[in-house]
Amino acid sequence: MKKVYKLENLDCANCAAKMEEAIQKIDGVTSANVSFMRQRLTIEADEEIFEDVIAKAQKACKKIEPDCTICV
Amino acid sequence: MNKKQKRNLIRIIVSGVLLVGISIIFKMFPTNLFVLKLAVYILPYAVIGYDILYKAVRNIFHGQIFDENFLMSIATVGAFILGEYPEAVAVMLFYQVGELFQSCAVERSRKSISDLMDICPDYANVERDGNIEEVLPEEVAEGETIVIKPGEKIPIDSVVTEGSSEINTSALTGESLPREVNIGDNLISGCINGRGLLKAKTTKTYDNSTVAKILDLVENSSLRKAKSENFITKFAKYYTPAVIGLAVLIAVIPPLLFHGEWSKWIEQALIMLVISCPCALVISVPLSFFGGIGGGSKKGILIKGSTCIEALSKAEIAVFDKTGTLTKGNFKVTAVHPKEYSEEKLLEYAALAESFSDHPVSISLKEAAKQNLDSGRVTENEEIAGHGVISKIDGKTVAVGNGRLMGKVGAEWHECHKTGTVIHIAIDGIYAGHIIISDEIKKETKPALKALSDLGIKRKIMLTGDKKSVAESVSKELDISEFYSELLPADKVSNVEKLMKEKAVGKSLLFVGDGINDAPVLTLADIGIAMGALGSDAAIEAADVVITDDNPEKIAIAVKLSKKTMQIVKQNIVFALAVKIIIMLLGILGIANMWLAVFADVGVSVIAILNAIRCSKVE
Repeated sequence: MKKVYKLENLDCANCAAKMEEAIQKIDGVTSANVSFMRQRLTIEADEEIFEDVIAKAQKACKKIEPDCTICV
Repeated sequence: MNKKQKRNLIRIIVSGVLLVGISIIFKMFPTNLFVLKLAVYILPYAVIGYDILYKAVRNIFHGQIFDENFLMSIATVGAFILGEYPEAVAVMLFYQVGELFQSCAVERSRKSISDLMDICPDYANVERDGNIEEVLPEEVAEGETIVIKPGEKIPIDSVVTEGSSEINTSALTGESLPREVNIGDNLISGCINGRGLLKAKTTKTYDNSTVAKILDLVENSSLRKAKSENFITKFAKYYTPAVIGLAVLIAVIPPLLFHGEWSKWIEQALIMLVISCPCALVISVPLSFFGGIGGGSKKGILIKGSTCIEALSKAEIAVFDKTGTLTKGNFKVTAVHPKEYSEEKLLEYAALAESFSDHPVSISLKEAAKQNLDSGRVTENEEIAGHGVISKIDGKTVAVGNGRLMGKVGAEWHECHKTGTVIHIAIDGIYAGHIIISDEIKKETKPALKALSDLGIKRKIMLTGDKKSVAESVSKELDISEFYSELLPADKVSNVEKLMKEKAVGKSLLFVGDGINDAPVLTLADIGIAMGALGSDAAIEAADVVITDDNPEKIAIAVKLSKKTMQIVKQNIVFALAVKIIIMLLGILGIANMWLAVFADVGVSVIAILNAIRCSKVE
């Protein structure tokens, strides 16, 4: 399943790259893309554990840039 | 500026004024009391740097050690410890100026894309059981009747069934002249209705409409990242830790091994930390690509991502579909060669004879005759398949058709030296002359091809399903050296496949088509450009670049824009790296100071961002 989320308060391009890498490493994620300019996270992951993956992604983003939130 | 940016601006001003004021006071009343100095300089430092210090501490607990907040904190705190108070404040101050600048530039670019998103319709007025309901565009089915009031956005691709109006397509095409629509005309979603009330029947669902396809394209344009974009994020990953390692070595090695002064070399190490921030690089590259994509969209050139910009800038071979791309795709009378009768008379007879047909040839004859034809003058009309028509007009027997028909009626006819479809006319069995109908070359085609040559695309190839003679004359007129004619859609694919093998390594092949029947070729080519493809969702999906109107000059503009963008990307990478490396070397030699380091970080960022903004300007 593929879904696009808006990222709020994404202020640093380097952080966006770091988030992308961190999310790609989450189990069950097939592909992840963070667009700094569009403030969008595109994530493709297994359907059954999708919500779990998003929660993990949220956590990973918070770790890198605490102000940044994924709007679910 | 948003709220956060305004607050930061105030902080910068307050801290700056304090810093200057304090420095002047200490110049007038010098003191050696470092406790006093520290206590006073801490004030502007706190104003400008509290959030950075807080974030640095917080992020360390999150395991993010080497982020920019940490680097700036350690560099400035270090400067305080070494007794360089004004420098410490200034470094933080400039860093914040750079950040503010960067965030304004990013916001501006983000806005230019969200402006494009403005084409998204919020609702549709749909007629159901005689009532007009306001519903979401997604809820309207194909074939329903919608009402578009003056000034509203057209929500779904549809055909006008009632009313007439002028349509503003500028949001999609960049074309400011409104387009007139009447009953039977197609409406493209995303355009804005002018003064008339329109009723229209939807031809697609919202999801398959032009507006949804374009929004999808723009939304996802940043997904395909170019090599240089990926390079820079990978680079940043190694760059920062490497420079920090270097800084540690600089702080430790000279004092331990060469009896250097600790304070001097620690300062040099702090300088290293300031320049170790990869921000300028990381921000300027995507910003440049984004600027390029935004600049193109303002001109009605939609580019699917930074990979496409990269490929477009390397174009070497350009392959064109003929009809609809180089030519208008509408047939027009280009020559009338009468015998005995006048040109007008011949056209009049031909148009009258064909007046009962909807064939493109008949339509162009009727258009060329330019007068209201009274079809009542036609008393008999017989269509002979594969030959033409024989009509009785004003009591005369008029045969209009090909050579075979002329033979049939016994008229002595001859071929024409002009290329195109030849319509022969015989009146009462005597040859009366012929009319040539051919596809017109767009007036922008020639300058566009020349511009492409100037941009380094020397090899141009035309593909067409048309007859060889027609292809030959068009290619001669346009000065295209290579052409392949009488091709079926599958032949176009195999021709492009063959041409793909002929390009040089690292170069790319671009294919331009009008999106009708050429989706496979659009996908196959390195860059598929779909022209005037607003109505065709298959083309929008298959192409890498969509040109919303049918002006071929936009192909050259797109290539030019991509070259400029790539050049700016390279400039930024080289410039930022060069400055940083030079200052790093000076640091290793022990001759860099904090001001230089601030320039290497913030100054370079600002210059790179300003340079990146140039990408969005297209002439």
